[in-house]
Amino acid sequence: MEKIQVKNLVKIFGDNPKRGLKLLEKGHTKEQILAETGLTVGVNDVSFDINANEIFVIMGLSGSGKSTLLRCLNRLIEPTSGEVMLGDSNITSLDKKELRDVRKHKFGMVFQNFALFPQRTILENTEFGLEVHDDITEENRKEKSLDALEKVGLKGWEDKYPDELSGGMQQRVGLARALAVDPDILLMDEPFSALDPLIKREMQDQLLDLYEELNKTIVFITHDLDEALKLGDRIAIMKDGEVVQVGTAEEILTDAKNDYVREFVQNVNRSQILTAEDIMIKPEELLYENDGIKTAKYKMKRNGLSSMFAVKGKRKYRGIIRLENLIDAKKEKKDIKDLIENTKTARPDETLDELFGDMADLDVPLPVVDEENNLLGIIVKGTVLSNLAGEDD
Amino acid sequence: MELPIGESVENFIQFLLNNFEPIFDGIANILGGFMEGTGDFLLMIPPLFFIILLSGMAWFLANKKVALFTVASLFLVFGMGLWQSFVKTFVLVIVATLISLIIGIPMGVLSSKRKRLDRIVTPVLDFMQTMPPFVYLIPAVMFFGIGDVPGVISTVVFSMPPAIRLTKLGLNQVPEELEEVGDSFGLTPFQMLYKIKLPLALPSIMAGINQTIMMSLSMVVVASMIGTKGLGSDVLNGIQRNDIGIGFEAGLSVVILAIILDRITSSLGTITQRKKA
Repeated sequence: MEKIQVKNLVKIFGDNPKRGLKLLEKGHTKEQILAETGLTVGVNDVSFDINANEIFVIMGLSGSGKSTLLRCLNRLIEPTSGEVMLGDSNITSLDKKELRDVRKHKFGMVFQNFALFPQRTILENTEFGLEVHDDITEENRKEKSLDALEKVGLKGWEDKYPDELSGGMQQRVGLARALAVDPDILLMDEPFSALDPLIKREMQDQLLDLYEELNKTIVFITHDLDEALKLGDRIAIMKDGEVVQVGTAEEILTDAKNDYVREFVQNVNRSQILTAEDIMIKPEELLYENDGIKTAKYKMKRNGLSSMFAVKGKRKYRGIIRLENLIDAKKEKKDIKDLIENTKTARPDETLDELFGDMADLDVPLPVVDEENNLLGIIVKGTVLSNLAGEDD
Repeated sequence: MELPIGESVENFIQFLLNNFEPIFDGIANILGGFMEGTGDFLLMIPPLFFIILLSGMAWFLANKKVALFTVASLFLVFGMGLWQSFVKTFVLVIVATLISLIIGIPMGVLSSKRKRLDRIVTPVLDFMQTMPPFVYLIPAVMFFGIGDVPGVISTVVFSMPPAIRLTKLGLNQVPEELEEVGDSFGLTPFQMLYKIKLPLALPSIMAGINQTIMMSLSMVVVASMIGTKGLGSDVLNGIQRNDIGIGFEAGLSVVILAIILDRITSSLGTITQRKKA
């Protein structure tokens, strides 16, 4: 699959937008241009890449130009200048017919208010995109549409009409309609914004499931940061027609590029985003399985600890050794093997939310281990709290 | 002082007459022949058969009540001895409506798309609708003589505006988001029209058709003044002979025709919206 490249994209609304373009080049701001010419700068010199097969979220408040930007990708809105590349082909230079072909086969779009046809049944709505494909038989069309409906969990609803379905179900139809043409790229314009929170979460999970199984690039618009962080492999934050920052959820949260982004992310429930991997620290020193009791005591004393984790070989996790057990241990014991206690462990991708339960009744740090039981790091209670408070270090 | 507006209109009409007379004659011949043929055919088939046909349509397109009303009221018209006039008026209304729609719907489609055309069409429509309909009779007679054809033509002029207006309205009311759906799936402008816009505008277009029929019925009596045969000329007879009886019977028959056509066409609008209940 091809990646999408957006290069210096500008969209100016109004009569004779070229005028505004010149002013932009001279370095005038959006406000100045509006005051001088009455032109509105919708998208201001935006460049970024969307990797093949990722969920790319464009996030911003209303009026930030995110919907305009999305529509520039398939030229539902004609960019004033700049380029949109899909692989090697330049979308912005296609003629009308070529553009229609690209729209037919490469893009599928899902709309905020579902945009279903009230006079068509669910099946007929789903078939809509395929109806203008010339190279497909009627049975084939029906088969593909039924298949798409099944994917979104609407099997058995084919003969109903949109107004007989709930909002969430209607948007599933919208999704099925886009999926039926089997596009490489799904453009989703605030698809879940009109749904209530519970349904919204359900739809997000379903989208993630579909994404896993379908191998598509998804460009997703939202004004909801939680949604962006949950779905986005990478997130672009927009403000006043400009992309302020592009990065993974992690980068956005921990490394905000400016005050706008910082302000935006400060209300996020960090416990759902940060994972064990993000907050674990390197243990200061480790015990080895065949360390002697004396060595162990010495190491603890030196680090001022009352317990330490023991590993086998380089870093195979074994368990924890407590100081009191060392003291009680009989002198004749050669090594600490028998004193190792099992403790709870965490996986690196567990979120803070999930870790809370484990942390609460633990008086020692929580070890983080990978699938091969290698010790990756430890989580100390204090780190958890400070991360929740939103401090970076 | 007197402004020569009337004179210039007269000159313009005269100019048309001098230069395009063969065209008008051709239209008059074709249209006149068609109407006479249709009228004769409908009068040739037994009235009972015609009544059953129309009530059947009413049942199929509207409901049982409308069908029953159709049967009863048509027998009443027959009983009053106005069958022949009724059929002639029926033909006049149907032909006028068809011509109005054939011109009006495409005009509506065009003016919904082209703003500049719309700016010209709208005042013309206002003019056509508010000009007293009697005025149309004069040039109609000049172009087509007297009889059924000028009656139909002046009826078309009077009854076409709602077909154009409501087609345009219906198309303009299609939500932008649904048009975006069409664009995003790569529809051609023509596919956009017949796959998205016309189906969604259909209720409004059907209302336009209904309005057109009602308007042309209201022209029936007026058109009788230039020799158009039918219920209108019976009413005119009543006026001229000061005979309230004939006038009322003919008027009642017009009302009956209006009700039947209205009920059938207005139910069409709701049927087309959803194929099954």
